[in-house]
Amino acid sequence: MTTKLTPTQMAWRAAQDITDGAYVNLGIGFPEMVARFQPPGREAIFHTENGILGFGEAPAAGEEDWDLINAGKKAVTLKPGTAFFHHADSFAMVRGGHLDVAILGAYEVAETGDLANWSTGPRGVPAVGGAMDLVHGAKRVAVITDHVTKDGRPKLVQRCSLPLTGVGCVTRIYSSLAVIDIEDGRFVLREKLPTMSVEDLQSLTGAELLTQGPVADLIVPEL
Amino acid sequence: MDKTLHDLATAVAGIEDGMTVMIGGFGGSGAPIELIHALIDRYRETGHPKNLTVVNNNAGNGHVGLAALIEAGMVSKLICSFPRSADPVVFTELYLAGKIELELVPQGTLAERIRAGGAGIPAFYTPTSYGTDLAQGKPVAEFEGRSYVQERWLKADYTLVKAHLGDRLGNLTYRMAARNFGPLMCMAAANTIVQVSRLVEPGGIDPEAVVTPGIFVQGVVEVPNPTQEEDLNRAKAVYPEVSQ
Repeated sequence: MTTKLTPTQMAWRAAQDITDGAYVNLGIGFPEMVARFQPPGREAIFHTENGILGFGEAPAAGEEDWDLINAGKKAVTLKPGTAFFHHADSFAMVRGGHLDVAILGAYEVAETGDLANWSTGPRGVPAVGGAMDLVHGAKRVAVITDHVTKDGRPKLVQRCSLPLTGVGCVTRIYSSLAVIDIEDGRFVLREKLPTMSVEDLQSLTGAELLTQGPVADLIVPEL
Repeated sequence: MDKTLHDLATAVAGIEDGMTVMIGGFGGSGAPIELIHALIDRYRETGHPKNLTVVNNNAGNGHVGLAALIEAGMVSKLICSFPRSADPVVFTELYLAGKIELELVPQGTLAERIRAGGAGIPAFYTPTSYGTDLAQGKPVAEFEGRSYVQERWLKADYTLVKAHLGDRLGNLTYRMAARNFGPLMCMAAANTIVQVSRLVEPGGIDPEAVVTPGIFVQGVVEVPNPTQEEDLNRAKAVYPEVSQ
């Protein structure tokens, strides 16, 4: 019995919503796995902030070309139709509304759509990269995240307690337990694991979950 | 017109104490390792230049290239978006000890500030960072119902960049994703010095393929088979003790 989705399964679920022809940016880490689960018959073009559209899979070990890397500084490959461009063009694609979807990780997401995913507080060396740019401009900003922290506290909250990446930017959350939309400053439950009741899910969520019509079962293959 | 420089030492000879230097590259891709190492050599021989402000996306990795420049004590301030990497020990230690200043800038804002510097645009508005800690103290304005943050141009005394092909007029092409900040930084400095993997005659680059037109470039030095930072770091190289 599935008690929670793995990161791979969350990535699979997020991939099902990427339509044919979409331009997509995947954040560093778990979201990168979304590219592996494109449904057959759909062609999405992946964007990486450092200046590539339409790159391919990772090369075999030893075959890396270090001039051909993604935003996570991992080696990628060329595909027919790949395009290179400089950083100002790359972020024009991001902020200018040209990307269809950005899928990012999260420390916290608020019911207002506020996202915190770049800083866990004032200690250590701060680093932001492209996170604050990516939350603006993509037509849809989705998040892949565990529903709760490692010590069981809700990551879906009324107001973020950590430094914000962006205000009112997230529109959909693929959590380890549910699929939740953000509409008019509220969490709206769309899908949940069939083994959980809405009440169970609510107890693990830091803000009210609205239900509008039937809540679908969140069913994901073993991966 | 001949912008060709015949050695790396000459290429970096004009950089003085306290200058702002933009250095191309995203992580290792596009990092002008040989130009950076030539600058370190000069510092070891003469004690100059020091107190540099460096603009780069990152803060170096391992003990080569930008990390070695920082480790040598030549950098007093770094303007970057992501000062973390697989092995950021040099910057991290200095930063936590309060010995180097950091201006953290979102990556797209960094790129656009550099582009604006090169394009003669002193300020612009961006949605990026609105409502966050990185927007503190910056003017905010509303356009078509959304809030935007004012950011200012970024200019430099020198830019050091790695390109692929170059000619004596300064026309450049880049290699794959090593392009990244190169074309922007070339525009934004009073003096842009470029290491190219191959110097060709004018006409040797298809005009349709020129990425940086020569007007943005002051010096070109040929460095065949440039080292990749990633390869140096996998070999645990330390500059100036790199065996080559």
